[in-house]
Amino acid sequence: MIITLIDIALLTFMGATAIAILRLRSLFAVVMLSGIYSLLAASMFVVLDAVDVAFTEAAVGAGISTVLMIAVLALTGERERTPSHTPLLPMVVVVLTGAALIYATFDMPAFGDANAPVNLHVAPRYLNESFAEVGLPNVVTSVLASYRGYDTLGEVTVIFTAAVAVMLLIGGRKGDDAGIKKEPADDTEPDDDGGTA
Amino acid sequence: MRHHRVLRIISKLLIPFIMLFALYVQFHGDFGPGGGFQAGVIFGSAFILYGLIFGLEYARMVAPPAIVTRLVAAGVLIFAGTGYAGLFAGGNFLDYGVLKSDPVAGQHLGILLVEFGVGTTVAASMITIFFLFAGRDR
Amino acid sequence: MLQAVLDHYNYWIAILLMMIGFYTVVARGNLVKKIVGLNIFQTSVFLLYISMGKVTGGTAPILDERFSVYSNPIPHVLILTAIVVGVATTALGLALVVRIRESYGTIEEDELDLLDGET
Repeated sequence: MIITLIDIALLTFMGATAIAILRLRSLFAVVMLSGIYSLLAASMFVVLDAVDVAFTEAAVGAGISTVLMIAVLALTGERERTPSHTPLLPMVVVVLTGAALIYATFDMPAFGDANAPVNLHVAPRYLNESFAEVGLPNVVTSVLASYRGYDTLGEVTVIFTAAVAVMLLIGGRKGDDAGIKKEPADDTEPDDDGGTA
Repeated sequence: MRHHRVLRIISKLLIPFIMLFALYVQFHGDFGPGGGFQAGVIFGSAFILYGLIFGLEYARMVAPPAIVTRLVAAGVLIFAGTGYAGLFAGGNFLDYGVLKSDPVAGQHLGILLVEFGVGTTVAASMITIFFLFAGRDR
Repeated sequence: MLQAVLDHYNYWIAILLMMIGFYTVVARGNLVKKIVGLNIFQTSVFLLYISMGKVTGGTAPILDERFSVYSNPIPHVLILTAIVVGVATTALGLALVVRIRESYGTIEEDELDLLDGET
């Protein structure tokens, strides 16, 4: 019972924080609230037994992302301007999508149901066999590194690619490409197909 | 923030423990919550804290960007290399059971190496990304 | 009635958060705000996945003799990696924002449209 109450309280706080993020115009406050939102999400993951996920969310969401966002605000300015167009159409789209999704939840198994299909497929095998096959108490680590190693290799490659892309985008000195942008008239390309369209 | 004495001393005290904790999370992740992803982020945040408090130029001396960028790739190579080691030892790609004569011990070794690769890439990526954003002049 | 609400409360809040994030992405003009909205959207999906893996009376999937019921570890694995990938892609988006600001001098969508119309 107490767990249910904590669950409901944390979820309500998350909703309130998200609405505050949507409504505030000061981007500094928005970034700070998004750190708080991540911390609430991490607490929520502890309640839902996902300790590894909570650990990651607390370190990443409340830590690194907040630092990165503040670094960007220092470069771009921290006031958001009021948009000129009316938000009526986005509101209609969002309400319709949300209603459709809520309608869909009535077909979902109840929260915490041990016999839900998602809990019956491969999870029992991992929980029952992994200790004999891999020998680690932490099933999440066994599945992450061994059973689903391909998946994790892909994810690590995505992180590598993102780091390389950030290097390409903002790694050079500022204004390196200014010369290219200012002289578009110079149409001598060293291509071998002549270059005349 | 170099002239804030309290911040400077406290962070100097904290940074070794943050790194120690990251290593604990890295190598104890098999038994408790934790693993390469979390450890990488925590290890990276130790360098980010150093950069925030003492200035970027000092952080670049501690973690030279040339080395850190190579580590981003090295982690992926450690991961894929472990996969190929399984392949050459006669198993499938990313099959760690064949790395040692005892399959469970082989799994232990493989997971340790793979998690180390993950931690290296994540930590190095976070440090690189922070250096790039913080080093960009307005 | 109360049971029906409790059975679905997590899913509903996840959808509410998802829609708040979606609305922030679509209706707000500031690019940094859009990225924060995208993060809210992303976290709501994480919440949905983790909620589906929760088993009543279960504990964290770290094996021990004292426990017999564990929550489903598979959503945890999927989301654990997704969080770190999420921050890497957020950094990529923020890098694009920085470059847009340097090229155009603004990160408001309306002004960017106007500037693009001129050239």
